[in-house]
Amino acid sequence: MRYLPLTDRDRKEMLNFIGIESIDEFFQDVPKVARLERKISGVPNHIGELEVERHLSKLARKNRPASDGPFFVGGGAYKHHVPASVDQIIQRSEFLTTYTPYQPEIAQGTLQTLFEFQTQVASLMAMDVANSSMYDGSTACAEAALMAVRITKRNKVILSGGLHPHYVAATRLLCEAQGIEVVAKKPNVDCENDLIDDLDEQTACVVAQSPNFFGTISDLNELSNAAHNVGALLVSGFTETVSMGLIMPPGEMGADIAFAEGQSIGNALNFGGPYVGLFAAKGKFLRQMPGRLCGETTDLDGNRGFVLTLSTREQHIRRGKATSNICTNAGLCSLAFSAHMTLLGDKGLTQLARLNHDKACALADGLSAIDGVEIITPRYFNEFAFRTPQVAEEVVNKLFERGILGGVPASRLVGEAEFVDVIISTATECTTTEDIEAFVAELKDVLK
Amino acid sequence: MTDSNGYSLYYTKEHEWIRIGADGIARTGISEYAAKQLGEVVYVEAPAVGTEVSKGSEVGVVESVKAASDVFAPISGEVVEVNESLVDNPDTVNESPEDLGWFYKIKISNQVELEGLMNSESYSKFCADL
Repeated sequence: MRYLPLTDRDRKEMLNFIGIESIDEFFQDVPKVARLERKISGVPNHIGELEVERHLSKLARKNRPASDGPFFVGGGAYKHHVPASVDQIIQRSEFLTTYTPYQPEIAQGTLQTLFEFQTQVASLMAMDVANSSMYDGSTACAEAALMAVRITKRNKVILSGGLHPHYVAATRLLCEAQGIEVVAKKPNVDCENDLIDDLDEQTACVVAQSPNFFGTISDLNELSNAAHNVGALLVSGFTETVSMGLIMPPGEMGADIAFAEGQSIGNALNFGGPYVGLFAAKGKFLRQMPGRLCGETTDLDGNRGFVLTLSTREQHIRRGKATSNICTNAGLCSLAFSAHMTLLGDKGLTQLARLNHDKACALADGLSAIDGVEIITPRYFNEFAFRTPQVAEEVVNKLFERGILGGVPASRLVGEAEFVDVIISTATECTTTEDIEAFVAELKDVLK
Repeated sequence: MTDSNGYSLYYTKEHEWIRIGADGIARTGISEYAAKQLGEVVYVEAPAVGTEVSKGSEVGVVESVKAASDVFAPISGEVVEVNESLVDNPDTVNESPEDLGWFYKIKISNQVELEGLMNSESYSKFCADL
């Protein structure tokens, strides 16, 4: 897309046309106290391209890229190897530069990739239907809660203490603004099935996560039975999609709606976004699903083709009564997901998952051998939490000074004092034996 | 059971019809005019059996290939039966909108509300003026 700035003459012409003197007149409806009447300090009016480049490069050098040494940060965003061919595919201009190219007459390629994405997501989560993606895992989680409220016509959603704190925040924001009661349980390492005690006849759904924020894997079958017994739904998800290569998917544990962050497959860390939310449900709830859906059909000559389907649920047709205010999908990120998943295949995903788990076990072995370090995640995939004898934030900062990004101090995301000494660390296929050795050696030294 | 004009079939301005049986139970659906305007109906969402509905409130959705529209209760009462055959054959609404394509049955709670509705003659006139 080219950026062609307007000239002063262009602006004057437009202002004349609508009969105002200056652009500021547009903002007269904004209360005066809310208007910034001065220049923003430190930001020059204009600066040459070369200077801008120099300045931004200088700022960029303050970053420590994930691939520049030992890296054990996870907590909802994971560093995995993305095959070069994925980028090659998504860089094709037909995919890269188009926006909502959903006219079936001219967009069969895009629609087919969306259809394949949905097929992969549904099969990955063992659910009947998946949509063509949401913005990210947290909005997918919030939309799942809203959907459960629509289906059950009940007004209370209960969030597990293992749900990622950002997902709790997003769900609160979207639900509470609509008058839905959100009960967010206290953060807890192993608590998914504790939700059974909170269920009642007013509950629309319980929202559980496995592996959860602390890395704990849970069998949710009991929770799902308990929820269904009182007419509530089980909403279940995860932030690490690679885990699905080894552990039980939501659909096999009775989940009615499933959500996840799909970034791990095909997508880099991207400074926290754009990501790709996965969303799937049982077939009987299809019409209450949010987001875009792509369907398979046949044309007049009987050839296989693809279209957007069930659009009447969506905002551009149903307006205020749409099933969601999200009227789009994360097209390019979902394409990257699909390309990578296709390259992996069923076996490849399982092998990748096994590799991740092996690395995490090796990391846990190394760390737990250090005096005072205690792994507190009882069952994990590639991420786990551990206690240190010192304040976690300080330990992580000291490790950073030694070139190691050791993990996420839990206190960065949860306020409870009991987590002040907890670090959440992740190992993936990118983690080398040398990385683990360096982490263990430096941590030992830091804690000395 | 008929009203003082001798009609047991009524219409609303929102294009619902209501036909009252001898047992005081009424069937309701959308009018032929509405079905024609909507085009091919693909989905009907009726209120659940046992739901208490009040006149004029949104109780369901009818969806066609062109649009999705709210369905309003023509009268207050309790939903006693839902036309399950529409789940698999929503096109019945197009084929027989004011008979086989009924949405649900309702036990009327307030007969007085019927007074505000149109009979078929006035409804035809109402549609002709639209």
